[in-house]
Amino acid sequence: MISIKELTKVFHTKDQDVMAVDNLDLDIQSGEIYGVIGYSGAGKSTFIRLLNRLEDPTSGSITIDNQEITGMKKNDLRLARQEIGMIFQHFNLLWSRTVKDNIAFPLEIAKVPKEKREERVKELVELVGLKGRENAYPSQLSGGQKQRVGIARALANKPKVLLCDEATSALDPETTDSILDLLVDINEKLGLTIILITHEMHVIRKICHRVAVMESGKVVEQGDVLDVFLHPKRPVTKKFVDQVMGDPDQDHSLDLIQENYKSGKVLRLHFVGESTNQALISELSRKFSIDLNILHGKITQTQKGAYGTLFVHVEGDQKEIEKAKAYIQDTSVEVEVISNVQ
Amino acid sequence: MFNKLFPNVEIQDMITATNETLYMTIISVIGTMFLGIILGLLLYLSRPGGLWENKVLNWITAAFVNVFRAIPFIILILLLFPFTDFLMGTIRGPKAALPALIIGAAPFYGRLVEIALREVDRGVIEAAKSMGAKNSTIIFKVLLKESMPALVSGLTVTAIALIGYTAVAGVIGAGGLGDFAYFYGFQRSDFDVVFVCTVLIVLIVFIFQFIGDFLTRSLDKR
Repeated sequence: MISIKELTKVFHTKDQDVMAVDNLDLDIQSGEIYGVIGYSGAGKSTFIRLLNRLEDPTSGSITIDNQEITGMKKNDLRLARQEIGMIFQHFNLLWSRTVKDNIAFPLEIAKVPKEKREERVKELVELVGLKGRENAYPSQLSGGQKQRVGIARALANKPKVLLCDEATSALDPETTDSILDLLVDINEKLGLTIILITHEMHVIRKICHRVAVMESGKVVEQGDVLDVFLHPKRPVTKKFVDQVMGDPDQDHSLDLIQENYKSGKVLRLHFVGESTNQALISELSRKFSIDLNILHGKITQTQKGAYGTLFVHVEGDQKEIEKAKAYIQDTSVEVEVISNVQ
Repeated sequence: MFNKLFPNVEIQDMITATNETLYMTIISVIGTMFLGIILGLLLYLSRPGGLWENKVLNWITAAFVNVFRAIPFIILILLLFPFTDFLMGTIRGPKAALPALIIGAAPFYGRLVEIALREVDRGVIEAAKSMGAKNSTIIFKVLLKESMPALVSGLTVTAIALIGYTAVAGVIGAGGLGDFAYFYGFQRSDFDVVFVCTVLIVLIVFIFQFIGDFLTRSLDKR
């Protein structure tokens, strides 16, 4: 769907050249939600702006749906942009227009006749859940509602791709979640390819299928969200994973566990994807004559299954414990003995 | 009572002078609006990073604006005599004052327009670009629409300055309340005439200010 090859953008400033995007290769499949994460200054904002040529690349090529964006003349580019929706961190609505006129704006640009425009606006207002607010001005809306207008506006011309430039970074956590749900909904309903950039791992975890981690203009790591969560290779990726999985209480908790449990074993169970849905703990206690006690843990959901760590205390016959351990190893859960008190 | 307090004031003359002032003000405000918006747009669009980035155009526009803003109005009128004569066929009367009024006020308003346009959120312009808008769409549907309250309040300020200019133009025989106050009031030492002219001018200023404020408020949806 989208193929990016050797994409480079250099900004020339007075005293130096800045490589904002450095020889970047990326392939994005049709219908997927692709996340790009990075700290500010990593080049992710420049990257997404290169995709619809709000910035012109220094070199490299971008192909969207077999259309070479990079070589396009001004007028062709204008037409191509009508098929690429974009939403922004600060919404960028026209405050002089009402909700419905804001949504109609891209349709006016695409020269859609008036009756069709009104029809389409009605559909979109319903799709993003803004019914009853059509005649409000942006200043009368909350941040979440403004972003809904932004999304409706971006979808007006039935684009193939939606670019999200930090679309939830200005919103509170609850509103962020409702906007993310809306994006997933649109992705599933319309089969729309979504590319989003963010600095919040929470966003990646919640809605993305695949993720690329950017650092100083380069993609340093990419793959399925779950893989990246499980086996973060780069320090920067680990930091991001810690944002959602980080558990500041864990070390303290482990010390207490070591002190308090003088017999049995403490196991660390690492849940990876689909098997989390099985009732592993209750299965263990049913199949083996052991007692299990959950001590500490955190499990979180990603688009590709659950992910997390659980510390359990196991008490019982040594052999039974070994058997239980072997049983766990046969599932996709990774197990590790962290204290062996006997 | 009125005749006792203002023995030299002829109502009919006052109405004529007021009409002349209103005529000069309204026509010159309209002319200034168009010329000023064009100048402001040129300044804004041709600046570095603008939609029509162009150093030469920017320099020429800025030079024009700065030079004409620097010339005192009374001198500008004299300077434009040949031009006015060519354009209007006369150098006397309210009509003859129009070129000088517009050329004097438009550069000032042009700067106000430029400031108003700069206040338009760059993100909104970028959003319009991302939708595939033409430059003309961005100018007419985004830039001018989004800056409308500032454009109107700027025009109100300019209109009030223009009312002052019409009185100055009166000194060289443009007609209107300034002319009347000078020739029939001051020259003849009939200060009641000067007083009534002043009151009428202040009244006109208040009305323009009121209309401008009202429009600005009803346009501003921020």
